[in-house]
Amino acid sequence: MPRLSYAAPASVPDAVKLLAGAQGLAKVMSGGTDLLVQLRSGRAKPELIVDTKKIPGMMGIRETADGWVIGAATPSAELSEHAGFSAAYPGVVEGTNLIGSTQVQGRASLAGNLCNASPAADSVPAMIAAGAVAVVVGPTGQRSVPVAQIVTAPGRTSLAKGEFIFEFHFPKVSGKQADAYLRFIPRTEMDIAVVGCGVNLTLDAAGVITAASVVLGAVAPTQVAVDATSIVGSKLDDAALAALDTAARAACNPINDKRGTIEFRTKVAGVLARRAAKIAYDRAGAR
Amino acid sequence: MNFVANFSDLKVVGTRPVRPDGIDKVTGKAMFGADLSMAGTLTGKVLRSPHAHARIVSIDASKALALPGVKAVVTAAGDFPEISSEEAAAGESPVNFRHMAHNVLARDKVLYEGHAVAAVAATTSAIADAAMALIDVTYEVLPFVIDVEAAMADGAPILHDDLVPSGMAAPGKPTNIAKRVEFKLGDAEAGLAEADVVVEGRYETTAVHQGYIEPHAVIASVNPDGQTQIFASSQGQFMIRQYVSKILNMDIANIRVTPAEIGGGFGGKTLVYLEPLAVALSRKAGKPVKMVMTRDEVFRSSGPTSGGVMTVKIGAKKDGTITGATIDIALQAGAFPGSPVAPACMCAFACYDLKNVRASGYDVVSNRSKIAAYRAPGAPISSFGVESAMDELATKLGMDALELRQKNAAKAGTKAAYGPVFPEIGFEQVLDAAKSHPHWSAPLGPNQGRGVATGFWFNIGGDSSASVFVNEDGTISVVSGSPDIGGSRASMAMMAAEVLGVPYEKVRPIVGDTAQIGITGMTGGSRVTFATGMATVQAAEKVVDELKKRAAMIWDISPEAVDWKDGEAVPAGANAGGFDPMPLAAIAAKAGKTGGPIGSEVSINAQGAGAGFGAHICDVEVDQETGHVKILRYTAVQDVGKAIHPSYVEGQIQGGAVQGIGWALNEEYLYDKNGRMDNSGFLDYRVPVASDLPMIEAVLVEVPNKRHPFGVRGVGEVPIIPPLAAVANAIKAATGVRMHSLPMSPPKIVAAIESGKG
Ligand SMILES: Cc1cc2nc3c(=O)[nH]c(=O)nc-3n(C[C@H](O)[C@H](O)[C@H](O)COP(=O)(O)OP(=O)(O)OC[C@H]3O[C@@H](n4cnc5c(N)ncnc54)[C@H](O)[C@@H]3O)c2cc1C
Repeated sequence: MPRLSYAAPASVPDAVKLLAGAQGLAKVMSGGTDLLVQLRSGRAKPELIVDTKKIPGMMGIRETADGWVIGAATPSAELSEHAGFSAAYPGVVEGTNLIGSTQVQGRASLAGNLCNASPAADSVPAMIAAGAVAVVVGPTGQRSVPVAQIVTAPGRTSLAKGEFIFEFHFPKVSGKQADAYLRFIPRTEMDIAVVGCGVNLTLDAAGVITAASVVLGAVAPTQVAVDATSIVGSKLDDAALAALDTAARAACNPINDKRGTIEFRTKVAGVLARRAAKIAYDRAGAR
Repeated sequence: MNFVANFSDLKVVGTRPVRPDGIDKVTGKAMFGADLSMAGTLTGKVLRSPHAHARIVSIDASKALALPGVKAVVTAAGDFPEISSEEAAAGESPVNFRHMAHNVLARDKVLYEGHAVAAVAATTSAIADAAMALIDVTYEVLPFVIDVEAAMADGAPILHDDLVPSGMAAPGKPTNIAKRVEFKLGDAEAGLAEADVVVEGRYETTAVHQGYIEPHAVIASVNPDGQTQIFASSQGQFMIRQYVSKILNMDIANIRVTPAEIGGGFGGKTLVYLEPLAVALSRKAGKPVKMVMTRDEVFRSSGPTSGGVMTVKIGAKKDGTITGATIDIALQAGAFPGSPVAPACMCAFACYDLKNVRASGYDVVSNRSKIAAYRAPGAPISSFGVESAMDELATKLGMDALELRQKNAAKAGTKAAYGPVFPEIGFEQVLDAAKSHPHWSAPLGPNQGRGVATGFWFNIGGDSSASVFVNEDGTISVVSGSPDIGGSRASMAMMAAEVLGVPYEKVRPIVGDTAQIGITGMTGGSRVTFATGMATVQAAEKVVDELKKRAAMIWDISPEAVDWKDGEAVPAGANAGGFDPMPLAAIAAKAGKTGGPIGSEVSINAQGAGAGFGAHICDVEVDQETGHVKILRYTAVQDVGKAIHPSYVEGQIQGGAVQGIGWALNEEYLYDKNGRMDNSGFLDYRVPVASDLPMIEAVLVEVPNKRHPFGVRGVGEVPIIPPLAAVANAIKAATGVRMHSLPMSPPKIVAAIESGKG
């Protein structure tokens, strides 16, 4: 009979040692809302589970001079209940707020959502659009990796054996900058994004866009950035929106599957990019 | 008991007391199928076919049996008798026990992915899993066919070499068509020729699952002398007993089936899947065996209802009078014959008073799991086509959609195409109530649309048993044979309390096991409150007669001189004597001295079920860019005869409407290129979630069925019929596009809006 061991170390070095020294498959666990489901369905068959939640720093939200530090295993419910972070990054919180249900959000973390490496993960597009950076710890020490570089393919990350994400750094939001996230699902909740879109915009005092980051989910093997240069310099007028729609479609490389056709995903990517950009634009303008 | 003509006399019926099973359910104490354990219970699991269609060349379980902890393996060839083809009328659709046995455990061929091939019993779940991996099954993979029209085409892979279709000329070669049915009245083609306006359309629906929350679950224990206990979640403990006895060739008296609380059935628990396997495993292992399906197994291996394709034609005069109508429909049966094609045809036009009508259909097998009943089996499918076509007809005639239906509504005296002449029915009253409801004339915003559709279901009677016992203190126990899936324990208690004249709280109802109460048909077809209710009322009346007799004995007068009023014996008149009323409790206390315990059991075949009709109004808002459909407002009007417990009647209507909305919008069985189901979980098999829906407003119209003492018609089936077309008609109104195929999921709606063709 296969055996499964569980460990909940209290420090980063202990966790790294367990993970690096494991013979068979070792999995990091944060909330477990992906991992345990995969375990039960037989899709993941680890021999060791290392629960990170006992490690100081893995859970919690801190504001620093440079922005925000979020412990990798912080449950999404804590993000949405954090007034400061929710005000700074309404789009990231929109993403985490869409994950599962109230119960699931009591556990589901940013690191788990990212490292499960689903193209449809709801918190990831807005994290990438925000320019968030993951602090990765492992046998060779610590390194900082842009969130955009963590996922390499469905179910695959750039993390090496023994490595895991310790925390995320979100840059300080200043001036007229804001984000938004929208996803499309056939129902209203408890579903997987057919398309997701995170948008982060910065405006000048006159309402002209000076920086734009638009990231799509579920339309390619990994999250993809949209070439948003066409809206920079605009006030997001109809022409800019149409250009963004076109750019979003061009960024898509989806598959036909049970959750949507290529044509449908591509069309909806353009629609969501326009709608999310409008929300982010209005939010930024109001700051 | 005669029909209660004056409903204002009723004290309990029509009120909304708390359900007796409520506390157990909300506190988690209720015993569902998976909740019972016995000493030494083994875990049973099913090895299922990975192929859509294959010949079983060999099954070698020797390695599995050698694994420590494995106690038994059963296969069809090794452990089940081969039984002959025998059709029996059962529940909502006829059953063939040979097919049922072959569905429980494949013999010679597997006919769909997920078809059971062997079952194992082991000391733990992990060992059972390991044992299944050690069973060597050699398959010869065969070509398969999933789609119903492809299955009917020349050269299609054939599932059953020996299938001889009924109701049509022998095709002279193997076929997947199991049956043709036809129902006719007048001359439909001649009627269509007389029409000023004709609409014609092809409509398609997909297989949808009943989606009960509780997976199939059973525990069975067989003793060496053959005595067998089964505890299982189902819509009929007597159904399980009969089917297990047939499939395993056992004496019925040796099988005692205790009904578990049931976490939903909707028709899907009117068959056996695990029960014969658990019994066979227990018999072999000498220990109790528990089996619980996973959700994946529920989707892959237990019945959804059919998908189908149909062509509908309706013709009318300029004033809206329908002159002729036809429907030609083909339904998927799954791997074995038995789709609800007959009720689909019978219900298709039953809402309307038509002189010329024809409904024909085919029952077609293909490599899908065998279908099971689902609320109003077949009716929602044909109704989707007919009620969509009615909407098209109204548009073409420039007529209000409800007025067109009023113009042609079935009423008392209407002869239905399937045979009977309707007695008093409430369809006109339903249409009037829908038309005068504020919803019908409420304003709509941009991208919004309103649709209406109607539905008919027979409702049925049949075999039912109930007993009523007077306890020593005058409280009452009621036992019935009907598993309670819609609040029927409460309704039985209410009807008994009404007859006995005692408060509802003094009456406690249970559902008996197969040794405690007489034979009772399954809970299905909207029969329980009608048929088992009738048995309960008759048993309570016998108890009242006995109570009057006892009071007469105590008073020393003739029983005819005693009346029963508000729970007390009273002298029938001045001549009877000047006795004080004698309450039920006082009579009960003296029962030992007046002839012994008081109680009565009644077993009947209830006749005279009253047909039910409904009309649903639905408002949607369509996101024209994404195809997302939001249900804004939903009103379901239905003739319920008489609502015994109005909350549970409303609950039935709301639940049916929601299931129908799911069927309309997002639910579907998806297959991959290997014929394997691709969405066997609630993530990708999308039933509506609570936040998808507004409050469903249920409007109860009460046109009593005079053949039931309290006017009951049965209410559980009708509400799932109209939603499919009501939603489609609302989407048409919102977008201008007629959707011809279900589900009306966002990608299909976007494609339809873009091409102008749905
Ligand atoms: C009912 C339900 C509904 C859901 N709905 C949604 C939804 O709407 N949208 C959505 O995006 N997701 C959804 N999910 C998926 C899941 O909840 C999210 O992906 C969640 O964010 C995962 O976080 P977790 O902490 O639970 O991850 P875990 O299950 O703990 O881990 C997930 C993966 O990440 C790895 N991992 C965890 N922590 C780290 C770390 N610190 N460093 C490196 N790797 C790590 C694990 O090894 C594992 O491979 C749903 C899940 C369920 C059960």
